[in-house]
Amino acid sequence: MLSSSITTLTVILIVIFLFKEGLGVFDQKPVENGYIIAVNKANPLNEISSAQIKNLYDQKITRWNEIGGKPDSVFLFRMEDISNFYSEDQIGSNFENLPKCLSRVIDSIPNIIAFFPEKYLDKNFKGKQLEVEKITFSQFFTGKEWFPTAQPAAQLGVLPLILGTLWVSLGAILLALPLGLAAAVYMSEIADDRIRRVMKPLIELLAGIPSVVYGFFGLVIIVPLIQKTFELPVGETGLAGSIILGIMALPTIITISEDAMRNTPRAMKEASLALGASKWQTIYKVVVPYSISGISAGAILGIGRAIGETMAVLMVTGNAAVIPHSILAPVRTIPATIAAELGETSNGGLHYKALFALGCILFLITLFINLSVEYISNRKKHNQS
Amino acid sequence: MTKTKETKLARSKQLNQAIAFTIFRLLSYFIVAILFIILTFIIMKGVKVVNWNFITQMPEEGMTKGGIYPAIIGTLCLVAGSMIFAFPIGVLAAIYMNEYVKDGIAKRIIKQMTNNLAGIPSIVFGLFGMSLFVNKLHFGDSILAGSLTLGLLALPVVIRTTEEALKAVDNTFRQASLGLGATKWQTIRKVVLPISFPNIITGLILSIGRVSGETAPILFTVAAYFLPKLPTSIFDQAMALPYHLYVISTSGTNIEESRPIAYGTAMVLIIIVLIANLLANGLRKYFGNKVKMN
Repeated sequence: MLSSSITTLTVILIVIFLFKEGLGVFDQKPVENGYIIAVNKANPLNEISSAQIKNLYDQKITRWNEIGGKPDSVFLFRMEDISNFYSEDQIGSNFENLPKCLSRVIDSIPNIIAFFPEKYLDKNFKGKQLEVEKITFSQFFTGKEWFPTAQPAAQLGVLPLILGTLWVSLGAILLALPLGLAAAVYMSEIADDRIRRVMKPLIELLAGIPSVVYGFFGLVIIVPLIQKTFELPVGETGLAGSIILGIMALPTIITISEDAMRNTPRAMKEASLALGASKWQTIYKVVVPYSISGISAGAILGIGRAIGETMAVLMVTGNAAVIPHSILAPVRTIPATIAAELGETSNGGLHYKALFALGCILFLITLFINLSVEYISNRKKHNQS
Repeated sequence: MTKTKETKLARSKQLNQAIAFTIFRLLSYFIVAILFIILTFIIMKGVKVVNWNFITQMPEEGMTKGGIYPAIIGTLCLVAGSMIFAFPIGVLAAIYMNEYVKDGIAKRIIKQMTNNLAGIPSIVFGLFGMSLFVNKLHFGDSILAGSLTLGLLALPVVIRTTEEALKAVDNTFRQASLGLGATKWQTIRKVVLPISFPNIITGLILSIGRVSGETAPILFTVAAYFLPKLPTSIFDQAMALPYHLYVISTSGTNIEESRPIAYGTAMVLIIIVLIANLLANGLRKYFGNKVKMN
């Protein structure tokens, strides 16, 4: 009894742990703990978002009125700029006068924005500390930039990662579906038993090869091939990922659609043949329509495998977190991002939680895929009865 | 007039079929060809490196020389650990599901959850293992944490294959045993399990093949980049074959010079999977015939 509920228990535990950490990201400020953003007292701004901070420091926003301030130009100030204002002697060898100096600088420049560690905040600070907005749901999902470790403010927009994942998986399924369907038809309807008995274990073997070996193969064969064929600076592209993922999705598609086709009642096939249809006509007019729900289940599960695949994609796609514009550009997927970045994060920090939030997204996508497969195959059973 | 039309139609029908079937056959062979290209390429390159020393020596000089012994041992530990955890629980779960639970909503839910668990990407298992075993339960990066994570990943595979094996046992066996006055548990232990045993073992072997190649779940739960000593307890970090391959092919100190080692590691991994599949197929065939004869 207990043992049979362990899968249920595990799923529930996974949900709890994933979402507890993942949702924590919306509770955090995008500025690293222990750092503050401050402006001059005269600045009417009280709150600022992480995207605004980044645009300010990237000098994409150069005037305060663009974000609701006065029509002044923006004066950027970082900690190390203090040496332009005070000499080392004035700051003190142990930075003992640094808080006062910072306070004075911020007080004297009306259009300043400053970013410095909280420990150098003066007791009688004459500037104004800006409240940094928490990351919101919509910022997280529609943000176009993923720079989780950027200073002064981390940018956590998952749109490029989601699009990258879908992009690579879509490419994979476009490659794998025709091939897989052809093989499924061939194995279930055309090939004789002898060939089938050889091919079936081979397909299983294809499914058994570890993903890291696929990744390695892609890295040493497919990546250089793409680089040469298209004369690209790097071969690590979305296309390479799609090809490898396509190969990896093949066994899922083949096995499931072949099973579905073999379940076509013999009577239906024979009726078609008796009416004078050729074998090929029977296949595409009777067998395929009859097993279409099984075939779509196979295709959807194939997409699911592709979306969740980590290592192979990590090794061949180049991992650039930008919205993909062509299949020949590097992309980065959600699983690859988690695998590549989790090792560098501090436990419980913003970045860590953001990666767990990515895990949640991935979990929800695959759950949705599983449930829709279940729905499709259940619907078929109803139709039959 | 109509006759020639009919024969024409019949001929074009034949032609269509011939073309379609040829295309399907070629595409199927193409898939098999892909498999053979991958296998032969890696084995051809790997066979130059793999020898007795390669699998029994420590890595040397920034992993550009030497062997992969600690990675092999690490993978063995992980496989053993995950199976000790997943196999008994998975088999018990399958027995319970197949022999005791009646069809109904509870069974549907358990089935659905098992399917869901099987569909969860391996990297999510890695995240989960890290937050529960490594951080919450304070196992740290250890063989224990890695084994448990991999075990959870293998659970649905074990449950499914065992269920199939139990389903394959003809109901007349059960009825005969029950008719002779045996209890349900006796029937399971003395009749159902012995008959389905080979198929259950097949499932075990297949899950071993799966677990030994998984990388994403062990990234953050156990794997060490370079550790030129063997693990001494279940709380030690360990190297593992798939992670080793990943590291030396992407971010090693000297990628070019460690390429041969990468080919060797890939070949060892592939051979493990090959052996697991061959063994499973052999068992299936051998015992399949035997059960039929009985």
